[in-house]
Order: sequence, then structure tokens, then C-alpha cells
Amino acid sequence: MMKKSASRQTGFRLSPRAIPTVAAVVIFLLMLIMGQVLFGTYIRLGFMSSLFMDHAYLVILAVAMTFPILTGGIDLSVGAIVAITGVVGVKLMIAGVPASLVIVIMIAIGAVFGLLAGVLIEEFNMQPFIATLSTMFLARGIASIISTDSLNMPQNNNFSWIGGEGLKIIDNPKISNDLSLNFGVIVALVVVAVSYVILHKTRTGRTIYAIGGSRSSAELMGLPVKRTQYVIYLTSAVLASIASIVYVAGIGSAKNTMGVGWELDAVAAVVIGGTLITGGYGYVLGSVIGALVRSIIDPLTSDFGVPAEAVTIVVGLMILAFVILQRLVTFVRKE
Amino acid sequence: MSKPAKQQSEDEDPSFLRRIFGNQLIWSVVAFLALILVCTLVDHSFLSLSYNPRTGGLAGPLITMIQESARYLMIATGMTLVISTSGIDLSVGSVMAVAGAAAMQMLINGVNVWMAILISLAVGLVLGCINGALVSILGLQPFITTLIMMLAGRGLAKVITNGQNADASGVAGSGPLRWMANGFILGIPANFVIAVIIVCLVGLLMRKTAAGMMIESVGINQEASRMTGIKPRRILFLVYAISGLLAAVAGLFATASVMRVDVVKTGQDLEMYAILAVVIGGTSLLGGKFSLLGSAFGAVIIAMIRKTIITLGIDSAATPAFFAVVVIIICVMQAPKVHNAVAEFKRRRAMRQSAEVVA
Repeated sequence: MMKKSASRQTGFRLSPRAIPTVAAVVIFLLMLIMGQVLFGTYIRLGFMSSLFMDHAYLVILAVAMTFPILTGGIDLSVGAIVAITGVVGVKLMIAGVPASLVIVIMIAIGAVFGLLAGVLIEEFNMQPFIATLSTMFLARGIASIISTDSLNMPQNNNFSWIGGEGLKIIDNPKISNDLSLNFGVIVALVVVAVSYVILHKTRTGRTIYAIGGSRSSAELMGLPVKRTQYVIYLTSAVLASIASIVYVAGIGSAKNTMGVGWELDAVAAVVIGGTLITGGYGYVLGSVIGALVRSIIDPLTSDFGVPAEAVTIVVGLMILAFVILQRLVTFVRKE
Repeated sequence: MSKPAKQQSEDEDPSFLRRIFGNQLIWSVVAFLALILVCTLVDHSFLSLSYNPRTGGLAGPLITMIQESARYLMIATGMTLVISTSGIDLSVGSVMAVAGAAAMQMLINGVNVWMAILISLAVGLVLGCINGALVSILGLQPFITTLIMMLAGRGLAKVITNGQNADASGVAGSGPLRWMANGFILGIPANFVIAVIIVCLVGLLMRKTAAGMMIESVGINQEASRMTGIKPRRILFLVYAISGLLAAVAGLFATASVMRVDVVKTGQDLEMYAILAVVIGGTSLLGGKFSLLGSAFGAVIIAMIRKTIITLGIDSAATPAFFAVVVIIICVMQAPKVHNAVAEFKRRRAMRQSAEVVA
């Protein structure tokens, strides 16, 4: 469903800058077909369901990262925010705080870090990546101060259902053909839909694209650049804490080291999805495709027998290929 | 009669103050002394030095601090050059891990120690050159290029050691590498001496030739520097190559001290320390101006902060939070808004004083 709407949109514009997004869709399909032909387990409802359910958090993070990257900024703190909100959340649950309150507190913590990043960037002229690098270290450090153990959620916690097995839409006798869905996927879909509306249908969204195009022009046009910047970093941090809720509910535990390197996975997803790393151009739906491409790399490389250590090299080369593709496309456009 | 004298002192006063406060090095020295003071208050034997005849060097908390600072000196020097071209090198930590992993793995496989050192330095140089080529020839953003290298480098280090933490401590004939990290020259840690010599060499190269000025001009405006006849691509390539090479030296220091590479932890977070050292040293993150001496001070202060954290008995898990707070404070202090507020405050005070004189 996601794929169809993304390709329909690129079809409408026929802009050369949409090439990376189209390439991402093609690569995703090729990977699926290749997996199916070689290993025979990929084009199945069960595989697709688990791909979505296991990587709902990554889809949310990719959407979160799309906002700052569209303005030419970046938010490196998303992985660390997942860690601190997860650790605090599980700690509170162990202390017996009801799940609904825990969720509110987790989102509030994310918002505080987003606000801090916004203040550093807008009030003190820090570069986004230095500001979010420091909030990343701050969040990770505080998470480590709170606990360095792996914290397990208590039984009957009223929270796990978010990431649990979920409901089966198509119940086949063979488990691998089940189409199932859990609340985490629904959250991810809602996040994607809301972000799509914000970015493409509202004034704030248009301002975000304008800042990415040229910040000074946006300011001269009288757009509320400062306020929008706050909105961007608040949104990415809050979405990171939502990703944390979904992820923690899924695995049932939290640790201070979780989410290390997820900011890179999110950047990878956004870049593969065709958003210009310099800002001003991209789609939130492209980031979703990027997240799916990123997620399918893990089963594919393990089926191919690539050692787990080499996966980061594959991901790195993949980002590089897409960045170069973007560069070529913008270059051709200029000529 | 008193008025001109007053005028003169007023003219002199702010300029003197500005010279003191404007010089970032003064602040670095003050911060360094303050940290030593704190440590001495907590641990009264902090400043004590003793001679250890077995190792042939001095021993004491300050010496271990200097020993650790060698690796920060290396990456901070490379980072200074890269940042002054208004770039960034986020891959230094991973390059350290790759170089360290290469050296350890080669020693385990029985390669001659000098050969192992040379090859691992070459590996660092090659990774730096790849960064440089991507940034200068393809014109990719430095930030994203080195982020990819940071990701891929970590994987490369794991591939080199097959995912193990290669341990070469039992390998015979690794004496020179061991000495490089733990030995002493005239009682001073050898790695610190080597690092200082390298920093001096880079400093001479930058300031006695036109290289430093070219780097700064590329950092200010790449297009304008091209029009004045500088080749920005060559300069960019050069700074990333140097940064990769120096990171490899740092990787050797870091792994040779224990003769073991931890593919996850070696060099982890060190890009942050390097950036911090550069910022403390007064090099603007926007590029166009650099101070190697300042960054060197910054590197030593980083080592001192880490030592302080250990001396104060703060949980090592809290280190990132501590550093983050330091970065935030420094960047906030450098912010134009704060500068303007301070200037405004001074102006008001001066006006009030002159009003009092008139009254």
C-alpha cells in the first residue's frame, strides 16, 4: 500500500530528483524477488507481517529523521532518546506506575530533549549536528547513570500488548502465510499518515521545505523559521520516544545500550528513500521505503551467509551509493 | 586634569581585559589548573611523582593522564585541520579501531612488528584518502561521508578480527609497539613525546609553509580560494588523508597499551572528544581559522577531565553526560547572543561609572 502511493506520487511529478526514491522502490522489489527466487521465503504474508512488526520502530525513527533532514539539519539523538525513555519507562513500570502514565512520562522525556536541542540550535546558534550530538551523549549518559542493567518489564504490565503478537487478519493453517498486525504497526502507520499530512498539506510542512531550500529566503519571506525549527526537533524527539515505546513493548526489556547506531539506520533509511541530505527535497513515504530496504538487508545478508560483522559495511556502501546517486542527479539538474 | 587620565585608563582597561578574556588559551590553562586543583583536593597525592626504575620512567596520576592524552592529541590535530576547512571527520574513532585491529591481527598471524605498524598506518591513510576522495572529487558532504565511514569502519574492524577482540599480548617480538604505548623517553611517556613531535611537525608544515593559510582560505570560501589559484580539492583531500593517518597512530597508541583491540569499544565516542578538544582550543566549527596549539591544550584537558571523573569516583557510565554538559556550556559561551549580552552589560556598567564621575 505504501509502495503504491509513493510511486504514484513520483509518477505525477516526473522530477529527476525523484529518481533515488524510484530506485529505492525498485531495489526493495528486487531484493524481495531475489530473496524469493534464491531462498523461497520472502514473498509470503508471514514474512511481510514480521518485517513490518519487527521494524515498526525503524519506520517511526525514519519518519522522525525525515523532519530535520528536510531542513538540511540532522537529529543524532534519536537512538539515545530511545535508550533513556526505555530505561526510565521500564524502571517506572517495575515501580508499579500504570502503563498509561508511563507512556505520557516517556513522551515528556523525549520532548524535553527535543526542546533542549531546539534551544541550543535556535537560541545559541549551534549547528544541528553538534547540538544533537551533545543531547545524544547527555541522554545516553543519564540513561547509564539510571541503570546499566538489562531491565525486564514486570508480568501483567498492561503495556506489552502494544508490541505483542497482535491480531491475525488472515489466519492460515500455515503460520508463514498468516497476515498479522500488531499495535506497533498501527502506531507506525498513524505516524506515517500524520507526518505525511503535516509535511505535504500544512503551512508548517511548506515552511519546513522552504527552510531546507534556503533558510535566509524563508526568513525574508516572513515564514516562522524559528518556531518551525522548534517544531522539527520536538517532533523528531517525540517520535523517537514513541519508537521506544513500540520497541520496548515488543522485546519486553530495556537497557542503557539499546539504540546504539539507530540514528545511522534512520539516516540510511531517509537517504535511501530519496530525501536530499542537504535538505529541501524528499518524501516521508520515501523514508518508509528506505526503512523497509534497511530492514530487509538483515535477513537477506544472513541468508546469503554474509557474516553479521560485515552488515554495517553493506549498509554503509548502500548509503554511499544513494548519496552519490543524489549528487549525480542534482548535478545533472544544474547542467 | 584628572579627566584625560581617566579617559586613558578607560581606553586601556577594556583592551587589556579583552586581550585576557579573548584569548582562549588562557581559559584552557585556567580550566586545566582548576581541574588539577579539584583532583588534588580530593586525592592529596594527585600531584606526587615517583621514579619507577623498572619501567625507567616517572609514575603518578599525572603521568597516566599524559599517557592517555597522546591519542587525543593525534585525533584532535587531524580534526582541527578538517574542521578548519569547514568539514568534519566523524570516522576517527572507527579508523582507530580498524588500525588497531589490523595491527593486532597481523601480530597474531606472525607478521613482523615494524611491518604491522607500517601496514596499519597505511590502512588508516587509505581510509582517510577514501574520505578525502569522496569529499573532494565527488563533492559529497563531509559530515555524511565520514558518518558512512564511521559505520563501515566499525564493520571493517570486526571483519579483520572475525568479530573477536584480538588479543596479541602473548605474542613475542612486539616490543617496539609495546614501548610506543607504555615506554618512556627520559622519564616522560614515549607516546606523549611521539605525539608532541608529530603535532610540532604538522604545526611546522602548516605555519612555515602556505599550507595552513590555504586550508583556512578553503574553509572561508571554497569558490573564492579556487579563483585565487588554490586547488581546494587537493587541500580537502590532504586534510582527510592526514586525519586518517593520525587516527591510525591514535589507534596504535590505544590498542598497544593493552595489546588488545576491542572491536566495539576501541575508539568509541572518540570523535566527540576530538571535536570537543578542537572547540575548547578555540577553532571555530564554521571553519576558516585554526589553532593547533589550542587543540593540543584541548586534548590534554580532555584527558584531564577523564582523569578527574575517575579521581572523583564518578561512575564511568556517566562520562558521556559529563562531556555533553561541558560541550553545551562551551558552545553556549561562544554563542553570539551571550557575547552580545556580556558586551551590553559591560557597556552599561561603563556608562554608569562615567555618570558617577560626572555627578
